[in-house]
Amino acid sequence: MAKILLEMKNITKTFPGVKALDNVNLKVEEGEIHALVGENGAGKSTLMNVLSGIYPYGTYDGDIVYNGEVCKFNKIKDSEEKGIVIIHQELALIPYMTIGENMFLGNERGKSAAIDWNETYGEADKYLKMVGLSESSKVLVKDIGTGKQQLVEIAKAMAKHAKLLILDEPTSSLNEKDSQALLDLLLKFKKEGMTSIIISHKLNEVAYVADKITVIRDGSTIETMDKHTTEISEDRIIQGMVGRELTDRFPKRHDVKIGDINMEVKNWTVHHPLYPERKVCDNVSINVRKGEVVGISGLMGAGRTELAMSIFGQSYGTNISGQLYLDGKEVHLKTVKQAIQNKLAYVTEDRKGNGLVLTNPIKINTTLANLDSISPRKIIDKDKEYQVAEEYRSKLKTKCPTVEQNVGNLSGGNQQKVLLAKWMFADPDVLILDEPTRGIDVGAKYEIYCIINDLVAAGKSVVMISSELPEVLGMSDRIYIMNEGKIAGELSSEEATQEKIMSIIVNSGKGA
Amino acid sequence: MKKTIEILRKHTMKIVLVLIVIFFSVMTKGQMFAASSFQALIAQNAYVFVLATGMLMCMLTGGNIDLSVGSFVCFIGAIGGIMMVRGGMSVPMAMLLMIGAGVIYGIVEGFLIAYINIPPWIATLAGYLAFRGWGTALLNGATIAPMPDGFIKMFNGSVPDLFGGAGLNITCILVGVIACVLFVILQLKGRNDKVKRGYESESMTSVVVRCVLVCAVILLFAYKLAQAGGIPNNLIWVAVIVLIYNFITSKTTIGRYFYTIGGNVEATRLSGIDTKRIFFLAYLNMAVLTVISAWMTMARLSAANPTAGTNYEMDAISACVVGGVSAYGGSGTVFGMVIGATLIGVINLGMSLMSIDANWQKVVKGVVLLAAVVFEIMNNKEKTKE
Repeated sequence: MAKILLEMKNITKTFPGVKALDNVNLKVEEGEIHALVGENGAGKSTLMNVLSGIYPYGTYDGDIVYNGEVCKFNKIKDSEEKGIVIIHQELALIPYMTIGENMFLGNERGKSAAIDWNETYGEADKYLKMVGLSESSKVLVKDIGTGKQQLVEIAKAMAKHAKLLILDEPTSSLNEKDSQALLDLLLKFKKEGMTSIIISHKLNEVAYVADKITVIRDGSTIETMDKHTTEISEDRIIQGMVGRELTDRFPKRHDVKIGDINMEVKNWTVHHPLYPERKVCDNVSINVRKGEVVGISGLMGAGRTELAMSIFGQSYGTNISGQLYLDGKEVHLKTVKQAIQNKLAYVTEDRKGNGLVLTNPIKINTTLANLDSISPRKIIDKDKEYQVAEEYRSKLKTKCPTVEQNVGNLSGGNQQKVLLAKWMFADPDVLILDEPTRGIDVGAKYEIYCIINDLVAAGKSVVMISSELPEVLGMSDRIYIMNEGKIAGELSSEEATQEKIMSIIVNSGKGA
Repeated sequence: MKKTIEILRKHTMKIVLVLIVIFFSVMTKGQMFAASSFQALIAQNAYVFVLATGMLMCMLTGGNIDLSVGSFVCFIGAIGGIMMVRGGMSVPMAMLLMIGAGVIYGIVEGFLIAYINIPPWIATLAGYLAFRGWGTALLNGATIAPMPDGFIKMFNGSVPDLFGGAGLNITCILVGVIACVLFVILQLKGRNDKVKRGYESESMTSVVVRCVLVCAVILLFAYKLAQAGGIPNNLIWVAVIVLIYNFITSKTTIGRYFYTIGGNVEATRLSGIDTKRIFFLAYLNMAVLTVISAWMTMARLSAANPTAGTNYEMDAISACVVGGVSAYGGSGTVFGMVIGATLIGVINLGMSLMSIDANWQKVVKGVVLLAAVVFEIMNNKEKTKE
């Protein structure tokens, strides 16, 4: 048996209110490729952040044993000195610097007061060759494609003398060919004795490259499969990833009559605002009926948020094409204001970033999207505003001392309720809820589900974007599955299971 | 105890202001309370109140500032001087054209910042350089003086006494009393309305205390100004502008949007509000108010000269920051700014009365500014901890 290079023992990491990791154990042998798989939010990235020292020693429980010794990393530099190098999902390269400058950023060649540029570029070229890139290291990073940028990241890691390479979703922004090249490079490194940990959603890639696969679910390690001793199929991995029971976490919806189509989107195509040649949503057609909850499932980066925001008054994307029908009539919504006037609401996934004004009180947030309705002649009726805020506070059972309280001081669940209140007050017919229960506790989730039920009972339509499969299954009348900007499938609530959804995603990811 | 701290924290700047007034009164052996000091305080600082009102609107949108206001004061002075003195144009016509110039500059500046996304400090830095140069060039580096009498009177004169009191301007006292009565009525009515509808309202004691203190200050000013010749016209300009902008910021939808943009521009945009339009208006408004403060400056100097308006942008920013306007945007009130501007004005006046060297005055002002920002940030930290 080969030597154990890394062992993470009983790692527990708590964030305020959430246990992100619960007694996680991971063993990595020298010279293997070890894959970490799990749903969004299962704790994979958190675990790697613990390992690389982003969460310093003392902020978690448990031990990291690397190369036979217990490690106490306080910052990334500490782990990099030992040869543990992490390559993050979002590329961390600076576009307007050369490849060489990027590669030795924070690790400069020469003296501290005088960088030796000859050595920098000489060394850089050497490492570029190792990863199979023929570019000169004097080329600017912005001038090479994302596939090559990913390779530069790996070369950068090699320049730090990496012994253990951690790749977080390395192929998520790469096309088929570049992905294959990258995986083959990892296999080549493995032959040379390199140890790698790869985090990936793409199970076909995992099955191709990994020696061992560890499944993480809800912050715990479920199992580790060894390719050399057991048969690993994608179904087997999916079962491990989602295998939990659906209990009574969702309130029942009674006798809601599903009516006519309320919103329909046809052949909707959206391009990336910065890279207009990239299609973020590709020929998407969906519809939602009155009184219906439609789920949109998919992995992060599937284009769900982009779809929703582009529908919502073109608040995302360029070169948007396609037709949008509301209540049977085609509409052209160019601004958010028009979208709101046409009774559409988009409740963002990022309530702190672009949903709420945290430094302002609940009442101001509640009325923001429909302030004109309580402002005759543009002068705010503050009594009315207070009444409105109070009304929604009691309706949604928001826990707060008064509606004068700043939203920034509320818990996540209550913030989410204020956000919902804001959009309910805008009086929409169709609500697009983007990750409505992200980062809030189980009790608050249940209350949010009840609010959704009340909305559809009142004849509204709800489109719910969610990465949590149980939630999608528990709440939706119908489910669209989105992957890589396209609708990969549609399932009714009767036929949908977690396994079916996952396999639709995985199969469409193969480019079949 | 906790309540006392709460009150102290809420009114820190006002308390500091009172302490500073007391300090200078002692140091100047009471000169601080001479009628002429009250008059000087207003005459010297009227332009700051006007500019700081405009700067407040810019800063609310996210800590954005306008560096060009001082130079623009110089430029407006130059064209005004040329039109009225050299060209002999009528005063109303010249003022109209000056406002026109302000609107044009405001539209250009607002457009560049709001729609072309040029960072405000760069767009206005260009104005800072260009208008100082342009103004000086138009004046050939010389001073144009004197300004027409009619023009000067609009700002530097005072309201004539309708009752002909000897040595004491009765109109001034009367206006002071009316202002007090109005203030008290509004306060009581506001509280009554809240109580009637069952909303949270402050205690009667605090309303009474506030009324007594505010009325005392108003009456003190009224009495002192009455001794010094009546209500300065500058004060009327300032009062009208401050009241209008207080109304806009606290009561209207557009004023609300200035605050929410400063708090979270994306959330505001996704709530269907045209955020670019608000940025545009902030800078258009700033340019127009700058023209008004240029008039005040021209009238006070009775001249247009190449150094007019030097560092005015810094005075306006300081007044806002000392008055509790967040340097990051999203919070701050017109009355807070008024307290801040007054505080700086009192420090200037007191140091001048004490004949402190002008260079040291700058050092003191710098320290006060820094202390105010540090205080605001520490205070906010404390608040979030609770």
